[in-house]
Amino acid sequence: MQFGLSESQQILKSNARKFFATECPIAEVRRIMETDTAHDKKLWRSMAEQGFLGVVFPEEAGGMGLGFVELAALAEEMGRALVPGAFLSNLFAGAALHAAGATKHLAEIASGEKTATVALLESSANWDPHAVRMPTLAGEKLFVPDAESADLIVVAARDADVPALYLVESHAVKKTLMPAMDLTRRLYKVTFDHPAAELLAKGGAARKALDHALNVVTTALCAEMTGGMQRMLDIAVEYAKTRKQFGKPIGQYQAVQHQCADMLLYTESSRSAAYYAAYTMTEGSAEARTAVSVAKAYASDACRETGNRAVQVQGGMGFTWENDTHLFYRRAKASEIAFGDATYHRERIARFVID
Amino acid sequence: MDLNLTPQELRFRNEARAWFAGNVPKDWVKRRDEEESMLGRFEYLRAWQRKLFDAGWAGISWPKDFGGRGAPVMEQVIFIEEMARAEAPPMANVIALGLIGPTIIAFGTPEQKKRYLSKMLSAEEIWCQGFSEPNAGSDLAALSTTGVLDGDHFVVNGQKCWTSYAWAADWCELVVRTDPAAPKHKGLTALLVDMHSPGVEVRGLKQMSGESEFGEIFFRDVRVPVANVVGKVNEGWGVAMGTLMHERGTFGAALQVNYRRNFNRLVEIAKRIDRSGKPASEDPVIRQKLAQCYAEIEVMRLNQLRAFSRINETGVPGPEGSIQKIFWSELNQRFQQVAMEILGPYGQLAHGSADAFDEGQWAYGYLRSRGNTIEAGTSEIQRNIIGHFVLGLPKSY
Ligand SMILES: Cc1cc2nc3c(=O)[nH]c(=O)nc-3n(C[C@H](O)[C@H](O)[C@H](O)COP(=O)(O)OP(=O)(O)OC[C@H]3O[C@@H](n4cnc5c(N)ncnc54)[C@H](O)[C@@H]3O)c2cc1C
Repeated sequence: MQFGLSESQQILKSNARKFFATECPIAEVRRIMETDTAHDKKLWRSMAEQGFLGVVFPEEAGGMGLGFVELAALAEEMGRALVPGAFLSNLFAGAALHAAGATKHLAEIASGEKTATVALLESSANWDPHAVRMPTLAGEKLFVPDAESADLIVVAARDADVPALYLVESHAVKKTLMPAMDLTRRLYKVTFDHPAAELLAKGGAARKALDHALNVVTTALCAEMTGGMQRMLDIAVEYAKTRKQFGKPIGQYQAVQHQCADMLLYTESSRSAAYYAAYTMTEGSAEARTAVSVAKAYASDACRETGNRAVQVQGGMGFTWENDTHLFYRRAKASEIAFGDATYHRERIARFVID
Repeated sequence: MDLNLTPQELRFRNEARAWFAGNVPKDWVKRRDEEESMLGRFEYLRAWQRKLFDAGWAGISWPKDFGGRGAPVMEQVIFIEEMARAEAPPMANVIALGLIGPTIIAFGTPEQKKRYLSKMLSAEEIWCQGFSEPNAGSDLAALSTTGVLDGDHFVVNGQKCWTSYAWAADWCELVVRTDPAAPKHKGLTALLVDMHSPGVEVRGLKQMSGESEFGEIFFRDVRVPVANVVGKVNEGWGVAMGTLMHERGTFGAALQVNYRRNFNRLVEIAKRIDRSGKPASEDPVIRQKLAQCYAEIEVMRLNQLRAFSRINETGVPGPEGSIQKIFWSELNQRFQQVAMEILGPYGQLAHGSADAFDEGQWAYGYLRSRGNTIEAGTSEIQRNIIGHFVLGLPKSY
């Protein structure tokens, strides 16, 4: 029994850190986030060359065939680097395609040849797949991430009274930008008016594929959030060591120091929960769904609290556009919301462990 | 990362599980709640520890030569999980097992190990930790109990306070000042003191929770053999820090046994207790709070599992153990508050009230939890430690 990265997992993580430090430094993040889609094709291609787009997908589908702990290690580094663009959307779609047995399409997206996303939420803004009401492909989906940069969209809908998953080409639907807080990922309203669509799964199979894909992407998101928290902590601590007021580094004042200590506690605790969720996903254990919700419930609150403290510790400087903190802070809020906030996941936990 | 048990760990777990299945006393929960005397409960747990010791389950990771099992730290973790699973009673000699034993293993002489360790494990000798004084709590190094060398003995004078289990203790790990001229951290020595020595007087100190789990110890010309120095004379600060690292980093591991049991019990209560005509467990606000407790207990368990995996490699707990200390103490306070909210007016009912849930354990638990963020170093001190020793911020005091 060993709760820590193995040597090969550690190597993957440090390679990812080096890769993003050179390919996607913060100046590059700022450049990419100013583009229309906040998704950079060149960066995407180099990520594909590294195999990053297919970490958890089987080798026969062009993936690396690794586990969710490896995925978490990669996602943590991406969170630390604030990598903009469609990584999570693509992972979400890939996991749904994989679970639905759509191997050909999976191979396209695992290799980076095509990019995909998932259209799930409707105006009810409910993350529970039971809440999907859109009939076979007419209506609106909201908060669809990266729909413009995606080539393919997996759509959750209802066929008569049965859940169904479809695949449509992105150019066949209308996408309207929903300008939002996180500058590194775009959200869209997507309007469906009977586009050509391929049925991926129906009934129980569709529901299962969607549940699985949600667990996969939520796990990766929790690890990514941990990386973001770590970066906010690092930025704040660095500032607290160098900024002087009243003749002393501000980090010497306990009111400041204790906020930094809390940030470490939140970050490390989120990390424990995220990697445990990843581990249970790899094992395919029955506990996985609870572990994923524990990780997301905890990290959702923790990343907000960490961000709040990171801004406060840096005073006026922390409130400027020039300072990088707000980029992570914006991401933290979007991540808190994505795939269900703490309240949503606590109710899930209650269903699993109380009822 | 691999949380699967190795074949050896699996064998160990199965053996432990089978043993617990056959040996966990059925009357424990009832006794815990109904036994009014602290002493009676203590003797019960002492007998239980003796039974564990005789069966080879005390001191899983302690050296074999001294009554332990000589197993890796991870088997200790597995053992705790099994204890939790079996809802087994805790062991009596907590301070010895969690703090002082590991200190003697790290700093003690071979003679000391031989003399003390196995009697800690069998609960034949109970220990307490004599660190805090009226004028030296957080600022432990300011302590003023003195030890003056006289031939082959130190003569000890002074007072310790808030000493848990002083009333039950046969021995004490005592930190005294042996060089008053040296800077405050450099003149301290750790001694193993026989609590039955002439000149030792223990007085109970009533806690806000009503009982006297801790007490005061007065030392008047108490003679302690030089052979009872742990580590070196005037190097007691390092020894005391070793003890505290265990107190903060690893001591909390066993707490998940209680926390999980308390959580399960609270869920049972929430299913029975009424909230606006429905069971409280169906109230969305209560559900949120219970789920948050569940998540935090899980996170505490996982943080500890990660920390133990690190200790398994490095051998010692480090300053990041302060994270565990903050987590278990503040979590328990939040949990006890949630229990109060679920119990409503019943929460305040104390031991002796016929209408109280669980013989008033909840009212007691709520009060007792205030001590959690004070004992073993206050939350503020833990945050200072994290700030300075883990994050590298300048020392604040
Ligand atoms: C239930 C219980 C059991 C205990 N068992 C034992 C035992 O077995 N053995 C033993 O030796 N001791 C024991 N103690 C004592 C405990 O270790 C001390 O109470 C604790 O270290 C705090 O010291 P103090 O009480 O002197 O408070 P103080 O140090 O006076 O602190 C008072 C307040 O000031 C804050 N403070 C102090 N210094 C700083 C600083 N530098 N920065 C920020 N804030 C600061 C504290 O956080 C606290 O809020 C026990 C205490 C309790 C409550």
